[in-house]
Amino acid sequence: MSVFAISALKVAAALGLMLANGVIMIYMLRKVLGHLHIRLGPMHVGWKGTLQTVMDVLKLLTKEDITPRAVDRWLFRLAPAVVFVPSLMAYAALPFSDTWRVTDLDTGLLYTFTALSLVPIGILMAGWASANKWSLLGGMRAAAQQIAYEVPLLLSVLPIVMLVGSTNLGTIVEAQQGTLLGVVPRWFIMNPLFWPTFLIFVVAALVETNQTPFDLSEGESEIVAGFATEYSAMKFGLLFLSEFSNQFIVSALGVTLFFGGWTLPWLPHSWYAAVPILGPAIFITKTYLGIFIMMWIRGTFPRVRIDQVMQLGWQRLIPVSLVWIVFSGIVIKVWS
Amino acid sequence: MVENVTADHIVLAMFVIIGAIFVPLTLTASRLLAPSKPDERKLDTYECGSEPIGPPWVQFRVGYYVYALLFVVFDIETVFLYPWAVAFDRMGVFVLVEMIIFIGILAAGLAYAWKEGALRWR
Repeated sequence: MSVFAISALKVAAALGLMLANGVIMIYMLRKVLGHLHIRLGPMHVGWKGTLQTVMDVLKLLTKEDITPRAVDRWLFRLAPAVVFVPSLMAYAALPFSDTWRVTDLDTGLLYTFTALSLVPIGILMAGWASANKWSLLGGMRAAAQQIAYEVPLLLSVLPIVMLVGSTNLGTIVEAQQGTLLGVVPRWFIMNPLFWPTFLIFVVAALVETNQTPFDLSEGESEIVAGFATEYSAMKFGLLFLSEFSNQFIVSALGVTLFFGGWTLPWLPHSWYAAVPILGPAIFITKTYLGIFIMMWIRGTFPRVRIDQVMQLGWQRLIPVSLVWIVFSGIVIKVWS
Repeated sequence: MVENVTADHIVLAMFVIIGAIFVPLTLTASRLLAPSKPDERKLDTYECGSEPIGPPWVQFRVGYYVYALLFVVFDIETVFLYPWAVAFDRMGVFVLVEMIIFIGILAAGLAYAWKEGALRWR
């Protein structure tokens, strides 16, 4: 098969995973939030409501697509694509196992961050093009939030890169093999040097993906639906699909960087080669556990204010991560 | 130039191309399946039911601009730090000292911006 056909198949697989993630995560979100509110969530369509989101996708597809009179037509149409494409691109570097990955990029970590940081351009575009004050506020908030937290997000994981000496996500996973004393996994989350790193990463990742308590760009009780207010039907669907997909991406990044990626330390190494599906299964299970925790946070914490978000980013997280880079640099040098 | 293109580059380009095809494809499918009955009220700007007052594209305050300037500085800094971090374990203590000086200069810049009130959200 030609290299183009193989590439197209790989992208189609990533696209399929992205769509499946969207459907599964929306169902999961409704169920998790439902049970956190002591109610059942969707129950009627399919067994325990499992077909609810499938039907919702079909419904979105057959809904009238309203383009309000005042909007900037071309930007309004372009924005969902600008949000969707980087979100899909972010799947390219994720290591699902040592053989299951789309590309084996040496700059995988930087590439994934780059893809994620393109998304807010589309959100700002959507907010501006909608010609609606709610949308404009949402888009502007998204841009301000994004630029405030991209820096701590990138800085926070720098100590890991310094220790591993690579930004290849596969290499970062391989550096976390084995156990301490036979039981404790040698995941980076078990290393006290990376605890502040992890905290900054979690906060910055929640902001980057517009998750509660930092969902200011769409805060439904303040600005209706933020940047998505004027969007309807499938354009709205694509915007939200990307949002859920980004949540999967950051969770997968967290699993790769801190929780040993596709490996479990207690399993012998030969198992991964014998059962090729094992690595991806472990990876996706871990990622969904991360997503569950994000949903749990969403159901628990109230939204913060924009000035608090900006203050936390610029005045706390950036200085702390700069200090931590210097500190871990010294520790790593003294250690070795 | 061309001989440096690897399978990785082709895959990454394919991501952009297929993504850019998929979006209009779904929107076209939606257009074929969905009804279209626009009317005067439906196409109004949505402001929770009240008539929109004033233009939607209002002027935004300059505070955003200061944040953007700071962001450019710190983002470039981060990009400089990544190659350093990758090579970190292969290089001596001198590299660490150099980078501490570099981070120190930037931290001084951040402290100045902080003191001048550029980090305060108004």
